[in-house]
Amino acid sequence: MTEPIISVRGLRKAFILHNQGGVVLRVLNGIDLDVAAGECLVLHGPSGAGKSTLLRTLYANYLPQAGEIRIRHDGGWVDMVTAPPHRVLDVRRRTLGWVSQFLRVVPRVAAIDVVAEPLRTLGVAPDAARDRAAGLLARLRIPERLWSLAPSTFSGGEQQRVNLAHSFVHPYPVLLLDEPTASLDAANRETVIGLIDEARARGAAVVGIFHDAEVRRRVGTRVLEMREPAGGEVAA
Amino acid sequence: MTAETNRPLLRAEGVSKFYGRHVGCRDVSFELHPGEVLGIVGESGSGKTTLLNCLSAQLEPTAGHVLYDTRADGLTDVYRMSEAARRLLMRSDWGLVRQNPRDGLRMGVSAGANVGERLMAVGARHYGNIRSEATDWLSRVEIDADRVDDPPATFSGGMQQRVQLARNLVTRPRLVFMDEPTGGLDVSVQARLLDLLRGLVNDLGLSAVVVTHDLAVTRLLAHRLMVMKGGAVVETGLTDQVLDDPQHPYSQLLVSSILQP
Repeated sequence: MTEPIISVRGLRKAFILHNQGGVVLRVLNGIDLDVAAGECLVLHGPSGAGKSTLLRTLYANYLPQAGEIRIRHDGGWVDMVTAPPHRVLDVRRRTLGWVSQFLRVVPRVAAIDVVAEPLRTLGVAPDAARDRAAGLLARLRIPERLWSLAPSTFSGGEQQRVNLAHSFVHPYPVLLLDEPTASLDAANRETVIGLIDEARARGAAVVGIFHDAEVRRRVGTRVLEMREPAGGEVAA
Repeated sequence: MTAETNRPLLRAEGVSKFYGRHVGCRDVSFELHPGEVLGIVGESGSGKTTLLNCLSAQLEPTAGHVLYDTRADGLTDVYRMSEAARRLLMRSDWGLVRQNPRDGLRMGVSAGANVGERLMAVGARHYGNIRSEATDWLSRVEIDADRVDDPPATFSGGMQQRVQLARNLVTRPRLVFMDEPTGGLDVSVQARLLDLLRGLVNDLGLSAVVVTHDLAVTRLLAHRLMVMKGGAVVETGLTDQVLDDPQHPYSQLLVSSILQP
């Protein structure tokens, strides 16, 4: 295999619920994985197996107890577990994209500016950023009359597609996808599959959770099988 | 946007403030890098405003140091520099947005003069330039040109807060301290101010330290979060990590207590 872009070793993650009797939920118990350019690793397993937990931990959204998460960034490696905050944020801004079903935005911002924001924070000029945002909104079939409106008023499906446009607007070298096609209609699902294929073709490393078996089969290049961990226990 | 630098803009080293036997804040250390926004959260009495006052050169700590990367001399202890140097810093390189705009504005003079005054304090003398710059900044915070000559006393709370922002940003500070900037405003007004703040922070590459008890505000505005309890920092991390996977029992309680609309 070519040199990986993501390399994870010995990743452990437990949740300690201090205000619920100190229950400890051990979710990830020593995960190892490597993903190279152009690959799409599918996280597969029953509900509760820790697929979302793994994905969130890779993004440094969840804090692991042990292990390393190395990501190629600026020609070197950054360990997302030990890197200082401004470095993790730099990796997220330029290298590591996050695609989820849920949109969280400032209430008043127009959809096109929500989508353009990742480019604006990278210093792309407003007009160029908006042009690229417009291209993606059109591709994801958001009617042009909605572009200048705040997405908080949109339907659930429209919000999800605005969010997808936001996540694909910058060509991140690494993409983490949390059920990107959930609840999309067939046409938009095809569009998202196309976006993922294009990302892989340009050399992105992709890790994703896909509920839909057909999507899994079409975009995945490898599968990581995850099993349900042992149940919760009370800390001694 | 901001080029990555390894030099912090602001560094707190073991900052403590005691009022007799009472602890204001205890042993707080962190670094703030250019372009970063740090949120400080905690309940009333947790010491967050005491810490903000210590950081912003308004309240000398009992122990510890606050260092700022000055343009002339690099990292300098703000309580060891001359009074004149500290004052210049506070009126040019730093901004301070108070919760109550009445504390940060002169309510009886015009909005334009409130903004222009800060330019004059750093040496601007040409009336026409001062006025046009003030008007320009007021328009950036969405105050109509026909209100420039009205005193803030005649404005709504949200407008007053935006004038305070313009007054602070007109000297193009690198670091802005904010104490509950959206506190006391209606929800719709808060959203507008937050949107504005986010845009300005991004476009100007500002660094900021924002004290708030509103976790939703930090989610939208802050890159990093510090959770305080009883004067001490109990947890620190990326904002989304602290909010989605809080580690300390107190942070878990704080996050689980938010009402989700």
